[in-house]
Amino acid sequence: MIIQGAPLGMQWRQHHASGHHAQLTQALLIVVTTIVAAVSLLWTVLTGFAEPRAALAFGVLIALGELARIALPGQREVAPIASAGAIGYTFLLTAGGETVHHQAWQVVAVVAMGMVLGELPHITVGRPPRWGDLARRLFIIEILANAFRPLAASLDPRDTHWWPGLGIMALLVVAVWLIDSVIAGAIRAERLRTPLRVAFRDEIRAQIAIGMAIGASGVLIALAGSVMGIAALLVFTAPLLVTQIAFRRFAEIRLTYLQTVRSLSRVTEVGGYVETGHSRRVSRLAHAIGCELAMRESEVLELEYAALMHDIGQLSLRDPIPSGATVLAPPREQRRIAELGAAVIRETGVLDNVAELVRRQCDPYDETTDSPPPLGSRIIKVANAFDDLVGESTDRDRIEAVVQRLRMDSGSEYDPRVVNALARVLERERTDGERTGQFRIVP
Amino acid sequence: MQTLPAVARLYVCLVCLGATVTMLLGPYTGIDPRRLVLLAVLFVIAESISTMVDSGKTGISPSSSASLAAVVLVGPVGAAIVGFSSCLVLRRQGAVKRLFNGAQFALAGYAGGHAFQLLGGGRGVPDPDSFPWIVLPFTVATLVHTVVNALLVAGLMWCLGVVRFQRPRKVRWRPLATLELSSIGYGMLGLFIAAIWNAVGAFAVLLVLLPLFIARWAFDQYVAEQRAHDATLATLCQAVETKDYYTRGHCVRVSKASVMIAEELGLHAERVHTIRYAGMLHDVGKLGVPTKVLQKPGKLTEEEFAAIQLHPMRGFEIVREIGFLDEALEGIMHHHERMDGRGYPMGLAGKEIPEFARIISVADAFDCMTSTRSYRNARSVEEAFAELRRGSGPQFDPEMVDALIRAVGRDGWTTPDVVEPPDDDVAEVAQQDHDDPSAPLRVAGEKE
Repeated sequence: MIIQGAPLGMQWRQHHASGHHAQLTQALLIVVTTIVAAVSLLWTVLTGFAEPRAALAFGVLIALGELARIALPGQREVAPIASAGAIGYTFLLTAGGETVHHQAWQVVAVVAMGMVLGELPHITVGRPPRWGDLARRLFIIEILANAFRPLAASLDPRDTHWWPGLGIMALLVVAVWLIDSVIAGAIRAERLRTPLRVAFRDEIRAQIAIGMAIGASGVLIALAGSVMGIAALLVFTAPLLVTQIAFRRFAEIRLTYLQTVRSLSRVTEVGGYVETGHSRRVSRLAHAIGCELAMRESEVLELEYAALMHDIGQLSLRDPIPSGATVLAPPREQRRIAELGAAVIRETGVLDNVAELVRRQCDPYDETTDSPPPLGSRIIKVANAFDDLVGESTDRDRIEAVVQRLRMDSGSEYDPRVVNALARVLERERTDGERTGQFRIVP
Repeated sequence: MQTLPAVARLYVCLVCLGATVTMLLGPYTGIDPRRLVLLAVLFVIAESISTMVDSGKTGISPSSSASLAAVVLVGPVGAAIVGFSSCLVLRRQGAVKRLFNGAQFALAGYAGGHAFQLLGGGRGVPDPDSFPWIVLPFTVATLVHTVVNALLVAGLMWCLGVVRFQRPRKVRWRPLATLELSSIGYGMLGLFIAAIWNAVGAFAVLLVLLPLFIARWAFDQYVAEQRAHDATLATLCQAVETKDYYTRGHCVRVSKASVMIAEELGLHAERVHTIRYAGMLHDVGKLGVPTKVLQKPGKLTEEEFAAIQLHPMRGFEIVREIGFLDEALEGIMHHHERMDGRGYPMGLAGKEIPEFARIISVADAFDCMTSTRSYRNARSVEEAFAELRRGSGPQFDPEMVDALIRAVGRDGWTTPDVVEPPDDDVAEVAQQDHDDPSAPLRVAGEKE
């Protein structure tokens, strides 16, 4: 029994996720958040807890919410119930008719303790949180608490009406959400080496729905807790729980989809049509170039699918072309493979954009034509040619020579922007590799 | 209305009449009209964002929270009016369906309201002091509302002949229970909406509905993504099959037959879902077998036979990273094992062979025999059954064979159309099929 090929994608994912780039923003965020939390906790312990029952109830809710955290597509970790509970505790004005007096540092202390307690079981079973995301969740509460709690006394609902309070809460939630998106965008931009504005837009798009649900539930919990007392906060977590389940299922199926396409892209390798690992190396390289060229997250995903399946048309060939290197095949043959592959993908009825990228993957780049191939196709063309010519080799001279060859052909065959981006990606991997004692990230 | 059977027409008329009478009789004294209108608007919004499950036949909607809030805030007659406003739902719906839905919600609200008042729930925004005892009459009201709603709808379904009294095992309890539980859950929210009504009015309901609306959106995304995934999986499996013209559609049919067996055996819904994928993917490793071996007309050499025997392992290799498959992986790897232990790749015997593999093995052989191959025509379903029965015991698990025969006997089986391969070099035909139990592969040096 022979089992060939290690799970390539996994290795690379971990490698990539561990991030040996300098992630300054994230490190800074974690340090600041931890210091503020530690000081708040110390201060609260020294001065004592105001209304300990409410603090305990919210702390438990936050811990449970943190325990039930989920991962959204794009490696985004969220804990909607914990965040909503924290917002609710920040905005709590009265509990069952009695005014509450807790100050900002107590809010931070309770939220931080709840989060730590909720994370402990995860850490013991070896599923540590994404520290940057965890720090962000706490950081926005630190901002929110310091902005709102000083005003709380003047917003007592028994003196004034609810509306001014609600207006301030809504404004603060929106402001904090924007700050959060900026920070998340900065971390993402550093991780993926993509421009900040693109990463910011991606974060806004990815988090707007769940963010609205969290914000609305947080305000609702504060209102309900004020009118009905602490018992009510469990009830009003229910709508958010439904939301969380829906998002979780979506994230799971999105991941499964990617795994399916990744796995099935290997049938061309098992069939001997292309070299082992070719599809994945091309897709990894295309992903990096796509980020470098400021493509949106959704476009990068389509690019990744197209790159994984770019050789699927070869399945229709009677005999594999030698070593599967399409770059060496005659142009007519290349075009036929692309057309056949696109036909297969279009058959799904849901991946028309991906099919278009695959169909035009071998069109030469010519600035003067009316309809140049889409950027994704141009990226696949370059990444595919590079991998066909270099293969698994990590020889620096060979890589250098291949990039030179692609440069010579750029303008008539390859898009010069894409070739330059490829050179930058390779250069960065080389310097990163030197730092970690490895030349090229072997996928 | 013309298309409905007479019984159903009578039934709809009766329900509508009942609703009209309750709403006409009143009494309307003491109901704040502004509050009533606001609740009705909320009910319509909630009903409009309901999530369709079961491919659009039934829906989970947060509207019961608005309806139950009406029970507390405006009493039985008010709740009936709020329920009736369901006629105005913002969705494509026939007039009769609108009318019936409105009427049945009105009756359910009316019944719930009376239950609430009978147990001393009162009317209007509940006093903070009335907690927690008010929860008791409210729970009863929620239950009454849910039961009346379910009964009225079930009655219509029965009149339409959609639902018959079936063996209890055949009724799918789980989705039904999920539906009713979620409806009760949403109903309970109604009380709390009523409780904070004074503080912020309808705004509270919007805050409750916003997460639910987003949940519905996310759920829609999930369903769309699931469909996309299934379509992509099926297409990619079929792309693998284009190698041999005659096996086109094989994976889809094996998947279908495996699901039929699994459902007949009463497997859990999630396992049935998984076996659908397993059946689809079972031969994906065939691509690792060189084309010339698959198409060889004569006897195979030992090496060539070994190459064919490797295909389940190759399939396993390809798909093992797909996280959700778990049990399906075993099914793919062992689908050519035989009950007597003479199969491949491991030579497992009897119950050592995973259940999924035993199911797929039968489905695989059945589809192979009932479709045309280049070297023979398709056999009839009966002939295939006879062949399966012959192999039942040494090759196939008798339990699975019986299950397939029962399921096909009841639901029928569409054999694929006879395919004529086109005369180009793309379509290729194999001269033998490793799946065919009636014509086993001939290996050189083996006794015939």
